[in-house]
Amino acid sequence: MANKKIDEPTGIETVGHEWDGIEELNNPLPRWWVLTTYLTIIFSIGYVMVYPAIPLLNKGTEGLWGWSSRGQLAEEMAEGTAKRKAATDAIAAVSLEALVKDDKLMPLAVAGGSAAFKQNCVQCHGSGAAGGIGYPNLKDDDWLWGGTIADIHTTLEHGIRAADDPATRTSLMPSFGKDGVLTPAQVSDTAAYVLSLSGKHPNDAAAQRGATNFAANCVACHGTDGKGLRAFGAPNLTDAVWLYGGKPEQVTASINKAHAGVMPAWSKKLDAVTIKMLAAYVYSLGGGEETVSAPAAPASGTGNAKP
Amino acid sequence: MESLVARAGWWLAALLFAVFMFANALDTGFAVHMAIFALAALAGLVISLRKTDYKLAAAGIKLPTDQSRYDDDLVRAGVILTTFWGCVGFLVGLVIALQLSFPALNLGFEYTTFGRLRPLHTSAVIFAFGGTALIATSFYIVQRTCRARLAFPALARFVFWGYQLFIVLAATGYVLGVTQGKEYAEPEWYVDLWLTLVWVAYLVVFVGTIVKRTEPHIYVANWFFLSFILTVAMLHLVNNVNLPVSVFGSLSYPLWAGVQGALVQWWYGHNAVGFFLTAGFLAMMYYFVPKQAERPVYSYRLSIVHFWALIFLYIWAGPHHLHYTALPDWAQTLGMVFSVMLWMPSWGGMINGLMTLNGAWDKVRTDPIIRMMVMSIAFYGMSTFEGPMMSIKSVNSLSHYTDWTIGHVHSGALGWNGMITFSAIYFLAPRLWGRTRMYSQRMINWHFWLATIGIVFYAASMWVAGVTQGLMWREYGADNYLVNSFAETVAALHPMYLARAFGGILYLSGALIMAWNVWQTVAGNLRQEEPLRQPAYDPAADRPLVAVPAE
Repeated sequence: MANKKIDEPTGIETVGHEWDGIEELNNPLPRWWVLTTYLTIIFSIGYVMVYPAIPLLNKGTEGLWGWSSRGQLAEEMAEGTAKRKAATDAIAAVSLEALVKDDKLMPLAVAGGSAAFKQNCVQCHGSGAAGGIGYPNLKDDDWLWGGTIADIHTTLEHGIRAADDPATRTSLMPSFGKDGVLTPAQVSDTAAYVLSLSGKHPNDAAAQRGATNFAANCVACHGTDGKGLRAFGAPNLTDAVWLYGGKPEQVTASINKAHAGVMPAWSKKLDAVTIKMLAAYVYSLGGGEETVSAPAAPASGTGNAKP
Repeated sequence: MESLVARAGWWLAALLFAVFMFANALDTGFAVHMAIFALAALAGLVISLRKTDYKLAAAGIKLPTDQSRYDDDLVRAGVILTTFWGCVGFLVGLVIALQLSFPALNLGFEYTTFGRLRPLHTSAVIFAFGGTALIATSFYIVQRTCRARLAFPALARFVFWGYQLFIVLAATGYVLGVTQGKEYAEPEWYVDLWLTLVWVAYLVVFVGTIVKRTEPHIYVANWFFLSFILTVAMLHLVNNVNLPVSVFGSLSYPLWAGVQGALVQWWYGHNAVGFFLTAGFLAMMYYFVPKQAERPVYSYRLSIVHFWALIFLYIWAGPHHLHYTALPDWAQTLGMVFSVMLWMPSWGGMINGLMTLNGAWDKVRTDPIIRMMVMSIAFYGMSTFEGPMMSIKSVNSLSHYTDWTIGHVHSGALGWNGMITFSAIYFLAPRLWGRTRMYSQRMINWHFWLATIGIVFYAASMWVAGVTQGLMWREYGADNYLVNSFAETVAALHPMYLARAFGGILYLSGALIMAWNVWQTVAGNLRQEEPLRQPAYDPAADRPLVAVPAE
């Protein structure tokens, strides 16, 4: 340490080492730095005592305050549930039909349903509920399985083609092209006929040939007039709403290979009141149908008639 | 002659092995990677054959290397490659920032989706830009502060070029979809094995050089480099214990499952920040700041105390990445308190860096490189305060999973790691190529301001975005239901994402100016330019007083 010297600009002594011209001053640790270090250590010791911290043989210490992250979650969930209890109890007590007519309860149910929708349904139906290819638009009045609040509620509870629910809504359109029921030419003719029902294709020779195929294969579910049948969830083919797209190639693809979309049975995941509120929310979006005007039985041909 | 034959034989063996693996490959990613290995071996073979002077070799003469010079070839290559990888990494970062603002920029190809480009960005900046800078500067610094040439020069070359091969394998793997799915540890098992070889060789070269030093003591920068090399080796080995499905395929499964896997991953992830991005870059700071400022280090004692405190505390802080998860509460608590205690040890480095400028503060006005270093240390201080703060559970419950984390990482990465590396490049380039100064001092100043303003845009927009996101996620309405869907929170962030991308454009522009500046310096050009500060000059006053005769 023979090379110790006083550094001129600061007046501090160097330690006496030197590497490639770099020397080091012999400054003490800054006092505020040392004190703050001790403060963080004291804080940490206190924190470790009051919160779960030390791993022992079978489990960690629980801390003097008895806090746990699971406990905090349970507490906050219980608090939220308690705040909503008055409303949810009242909603649970009334029938679906009465709920729709209740000016006080219905807005509460719609609010709760809207929150549940944002968490569970937007992934497929979109945050505006307008759906997309393969996922029905819930804002219009075109319903596959019925648009009364009871219909919507059933769909929510049991889902569509949900494998884990025996009461689920189910039906299966055959894959006419893939399974060889129709030849490619016949599929294309049938698509032409289907499109002609909504005026998207002229009523030409192809469409007329397709009409024969349609009568032989499709009327059982879609009806002689192509207006669909809710008992089978068979869509109305005469309107402008297309679940899997209304372009000729999309309709052809649907006839070739059916889609059989699935919606989960929400009763497996959500509680009864939440499902009821979801039904109220979806019902309120614009296309909800009056209970009285809905077809009580699967009468033929009137499937997607607008109320 | 024998050594040449032996060397060529080794390259040939490596080439044949890679071709054999290529021929048996079970998947495309593995085949591409074995082809890259084969090309690298072929390149090694061709270079070692062409480099040889056959006349001398035939005569059995071996030219001695000049022992009176430091071994700087790799450092020169490192400065160029650091600059290159920096520009690549920042560019990919800008692309993915724009993808977040405009999803159409994913382009609909699997190779260009955010999911594949994001690890390309993180690895390009951390491992390619940062790693190359660390290897190059450590080779430069350890020689100077030990007053000794690099130990095992051939092994040092293997370390440097082997690491570059690792970068190429990692980068191509991400684009091809070869990944372990572990953040910052994405490369698959065979790339991990390769990096292990390279890293052990790195340790041997570094420790070997320290052992043959002619200085009595080991300089503080070398303690930090050594802790960085040792700890990264340990982290890399433990986090990548994977079992390959087949030795001819890229897929492997980790030994650690579930929450244990998560804890090991974040023990690794956080200490990659701690030892790669903090300890390693502190080593750079401890050499380049005193050299550029021509001042002694502020406090020897502080450097010892904060070094040991930092490396002891950092290794425990990882669980704060797993707050409010399946990780047991006790482990979360310990992760948090060790992070809080880490605050002052981290700041020890900031104090030592900034206070080293005591007696030279005027250089902040006149020297753009010092200005860059000061900004870098300031960002180091800010992010090492922000980190402990974000590790506190109640803060974390708001900040976790939000863009605040992204902002925090970038104020450290762009501010601290980026700026200290840029200033190191500006320090090294003229010295390594024997120029009097960089091609342009004014361009350094431009780089400083573009980078600084870029970081401000980046960090500020991500703070706002993160807090907005956190508050929207937890927002309850008057009817006691959550108010926002996830998509609504994403839509709310769009303006912030644009501001972030703008910051990225500025930061990338600065780096491109640096690339031009380095290029010109290497080419040996000096830009004719006004010095940065010109004292006021008034030609009218610049004349003698002449007595005016009375009329």
